[in-house]
Amino acid sequence: MYGGGNTFEGVKTDSIALEDPARLAEFEARIDRGEKIEPADWMPQLYRKQLIRMIEQHAHSEIIGALPEGTWITRAPGFKRKLALMAKVQDEVGHAQLLYSAAETLGKSREQMIQDLISGKSKYSNIFNYPAFTWADSCFISWLVDAGAIVNQLANAKGSYGPYCRALDRICAEESFHLKFGHHCVIYLATGTEKQRQMFQEAINRWWTPMMHFFGPADKISTHTEVLMKWKVKMSSNDDTRNQFLDMYVPKIWELGFTIPDPKLKKNAETGRWDYTEPDWEEFKRVINGDGPCNKERLEVRRIAEERGRWVREALRSPKAAYVTPLA
Amino acid sequence: MNALAIKELLYKIADDQLIIGHRNSEWTGFGPLLEEDIAFSSMAQDKVGQSQALYTILHSMGEQDPDTIAFTRNAAQFHNCIFVELPNGEYDFSLIRHFLYDTAVAFRFEMLSASSFQPLAELSNKIRGELKYHTLHANTWVKQLGSATEESIARLQQSLVYAMPYALGMFEPSAFEQELIADGVFEGEAALREQWIKRIEAIIAQTSLRLPDLRTITAIQGGRVGKHSEHLQPLLDEMSEVFRIDPTAEW
Repeated sequence: MYGGGNTFEGVKTDSIALEDPARLAEFEARIDRGEKIEPADWMPQLYRKQLIRMIEQHAHSEIIGALPEGTWITRAPGFKRKLALMAKVQDEVGHAQLLYSAAETLGKSREQMIQDLISGKSKYSNIFNYPAFTWADSCFISWLVDAGAIVNQLANAKGSYGPYCRALDRICAEESFHLKFGHHCVIYLATGTEKQRQMFQEAINRWWTPMMHFFGPADKISTHTEVLMKWKVKMSSNDDTRNQFLDMYVPKIWELGFTIPDPKLKKNAETGRWDYTEPDWEEFKRVINGDGPCNKERLEVRRIAEERGRWVREALRSPKAAYVTPLA
Repeated sequence: MNALAIKELLYKIADDQLIIGHRNSEWTGFGPLLEEDIAFSSMAQDKVGQSQALYTILHSMGEQDPDTIAFTRNAAQFHNCIFVELPNGEYDFSLIRHFLYDTAVAFRFEMLSASSFQPLAELSNKIRGELKYHTLHANTWVKQLGSATEESIARLQQSLVYAMPYALGMFEPSAFEQELIADGVFEGEAALREQWIKRIEAIIAQTSLRLPDLRTITAIQGGRVGKHSEHLQPLLDEMSEVFRIDPTAEW
């Protein structure tokens, strides 16, 4: 996973008028030609700001997303699942490390980003503000939340900022294994006992609305992001990625004999797109602004981890610390 | 060779690795920095994987399958030392335990790679290669934090003093000690302890920490014969929470 790195907030484009027109034109021409923008290259202020926000949110989503799944590592049933889940969540934390590094190339330090996460100033993927009550919930995350993230990330990997694209290429390669792991777990639940099937059906019922929210508000109500599309910061519309996800995964869920709690959900033969009930976007706004079932707990855990680790980070900065040759 | 003696040896080593692996995995998401989070997750995978491989040898000797062994026994049936079941506490305790435990376990597998019991010798040889990185990691961090700030030195020192009686409990001798030595299966706990002391002394000497006088410390034992602290059963309850929903189900 995890993160979409989606831009759901409005964008103020006033600063574009203050940019040097010749440089701006050259920058846009480069993007049109499909070139990647690198850290030392000239870029508009708004481009830098939006990318920091997006990559940072994605990085936060990785470490916050590790929490609901991480609590299932110690409870995973059997060696095979325990080992795979450990490896998966470790990957996610590794993705955070890659992404914070990519964001740092734009001039914001990891410490500052983590401070902004803890203070609530910067956001992370809304879906992790919901609790993972059962093993089946963690399987839902591994399979379908990761699947949703891959749809987003494959699109974003074609974006214009070099370091982010390269990080995403590596991340997507690892994600494809997570997806296999999640799908495998779900197949075992689907073909298992009545209790196991019921556990996954309940997980779908719980997670469907957050999953629909995952791709961001419907295009007709979302803020305009044309300039971000032009600069290849945002690569596809929320409805397009949602539709792509539904196209790829609804048939797979149905194939396993589960139901999806939306009576309107069906593929429209005329438009070739999916019809569905719009999820409650007021709930989405409420949760993303801090009032979800787990927002406080997630940030509190992160805050405590930062607090408890402070002496370690300070010790590493001490000039008295003995230098030890790197090992690898 | 005495199969019972070998089984007992395998159980205690495997249980040690499983329980410490479980504890290491609890750092996922909570490390003092991302890199440490990743390191502890990585070591946890190695250790849990190694326990599985050891249980697999036991299975080939007529014991139950690895999942049943690991996920259905109660605390009194576990042979791990008490040291590994203690809660993670703060990072300083986890690091000191990692250092003391992995130094011992690395020597243990080095010894066992020369075991007359072939399946264990082969596996130990493989595990040794993995553990090399665990001890490198522990030594690096103990040297760094053991010489850095007043706080880091004081924390590590305090944890070292607290951990030592438990650490010595790792070497609780088995009832089959002499047979294992005579049969060339394992050189024995006393020999292991001696090597361990030399190595930890050498590393601690490179820091601002002081090793407590080991002659004055009484080892906290009992784990090898199923007498555990109050911390093991809750750990096992958590570990088997999903598995117990239906032990006949496949997950």
